[in-house]
Amino acid sequence: MTDTGMTDTGMTDTLLTVRNLSVTYSGDDGDVRAVRNVSFTLGRERLGIVGESGSGKSTTGRAIMGLVGQSGRIEADEMRLGDTDLAHLGEHGFRKLRGQRIAMVLQDPKYSLDPVMSVGRQIAETHRTHLRSTKRDARRAALEMLEAVHIRDPERVYTMYPHQVSGGMGQRVMIAMMLIADPDILIADEPTSALDVTVQTQVLAIMDDLVRSRGMGLILISHNLHLVSSFCDRVLVMYAGQVVETCEAAKLSEAKHPYTRGLLAALPQLGNRRAELPQLQRDPAWMADLA
Amino acid sequence: MIALDDVTIAYGSGPRAVVAVRDFTLAVPEGEAVGLVGESGSGKSTVLRAVAGLIPYAGGEVTLAGRRVDRRRTTAERKMVQMVFQDPYGSLHPNQTVDQTLAMPVAIHRLDNGEARIAQVLAEVGLGREHRYRYPHQLSGGQRQRVAIARALILEPRILLLDEPTSALDVSVQAEILNLLSRLRRDHGLTMLMVSHDLAVIAHLCERIGVMSRGQLLEITTATAMANNQVTHDYTRQLLRSNAGFDRSSVSSGELDVVVG
Repeated sequence: MTDTGMTDTGMTDTLLTVRNLSVTYSGDDGDVRAVRNVSFTLGRERLGIVGESGSGKSTTGRAIMGLVGQSGRIEADEMRLGDTDLAHLGEHGFRKLRGQRIAMVLQDPKYSLDPVMSVGRQIAETHRTHLRSTKRDARRAALEMLEAVHIRDPERVYTMYPHQVSGGMGQRVMIAMMLIADPDILIADEPTSALDVTVQTQVLAIMDDLVRSRGMGLILISHNLHLVSSFCDRVLVMYAGQVVETCEAAKLSEAKHPYTRGLLAALPQLGNRRAELPQLQRDPAWMADLA
Repeated sequence: MIALDDVTIAYGSGPRAVVAVRDFTLAVPEGEAVGLVGESGSGKSTVLRAVAGLIPYAGGEVTLAGRRVDRRRTTAERKMVQMVFQDPYGSLHPNQTVDQTLAMPVAIHRLDNGEARIAQVLAEVGLGREHRYRYPHQLSGGQRQRVAIARALILEPRILLLDEPTSALDVSVQAEILNLLSRLRRDHGLTMLMVSHDLAVIAHLCERIGVMSRGQLLEITTATAMANNQVTHDYTRQLLRSNAGFDRSSVSSGELDVVVG
């Protein structure tokens, strides 16, 4: 682990600083500003980003990894991971960073794992690429990692192909692969949306345990308000590319912004059946640029 | 209105057959809404498909509106049961306008006044005239699901089958669709059978809830009992906990282990 959280002024413990991040996609009909002036810091904590589809939450996560595609443009006053300046990092620099210092878990392991390589070799490959290890060391590390994500028979799972494992196990494999190089930050984009509710809790618990024990920062991107408020420490609420509200996760139910309040009210609740669910009334004022 | 008696459904035949649902018995009186919850692969969608007549069943009886039905349905029986699927992106034909999508069932069932029916059903699901000649890709997710509901509704069914009707939608859009479904149910006296993994969504629309696991109906309970945690099966309890959000203390480290089967 690199000691990026430490500076000579003492323990600031800030892993990632983002100030006025904007992502613009240029298209035929002019520019689309998918992310507008987003600022936040991430320490050794679990930060949640919630919002509806199109709110820019995934794009924010991707921008941190420099993954916005050819037509996307990232601008930021400051984007720093430890002592590395991400705002002015080229593709070459990002390639060295991805997987090693920032890792990402995506929604569906069916699509994010290589279908023609055994899961064990995929995990080992990550180890070899980032740590320049020997085949044998990589294999051993991969087996240890499989055990760390609570797979009972790692030797056997090592040789299995993605189509042979269940969704929950696939996501464990994904987490193993992402954490094997000991990154500083893990970005999890809807990591459990494709899983059964009962498996969701297990996968999240594993991710939580590992992230805590390794002192990593976690960004959890999700549309699920209950999940984020119960899992994270802090929550950013995004609407139309902007962060409209930041609050303590446990206090999400006391959120102040009318958008957040509207979302919470629109959720059906077990034990509180209403004849009609209040529908979210979108205020055009929410679209205006925040200071 | 819907009665399933000891229904067993298998995919494939002979020794390689996979039994997806075993000895399933459920009765839904007219006008009631019943929900089915369970993990993926528990057979809940298979039950819906059998009721819709989309798949054959190996054993048992299905009775709709007092008449025993076969896999081969008469036109009237098909008209009576309509289904709304999870993903409106996948369930609408991409090269057909809303108008064409809605005209098709009218033509198949040789109904009169197609023109008026389409206009009426669009109004009923809250779509304007301007949406009528659009293609699915020109509509939002919520509007597409409204079209899917309109397509089911245009045949004036008595039974509506809902397979995860809101899980592909945002929270705010989900609320709109749920409100629409409760209104339609009230206005048309529809009988509903709904599948979802979200207990709160099911409890919002349904009075009774069946919990399925591994092809079997574990228990039938009510939305109120669920809310008060009065459930008998461990699996149901686990479902309830998971629906409440993440609680690290609810999983012991032993539970985290997966054994390769």
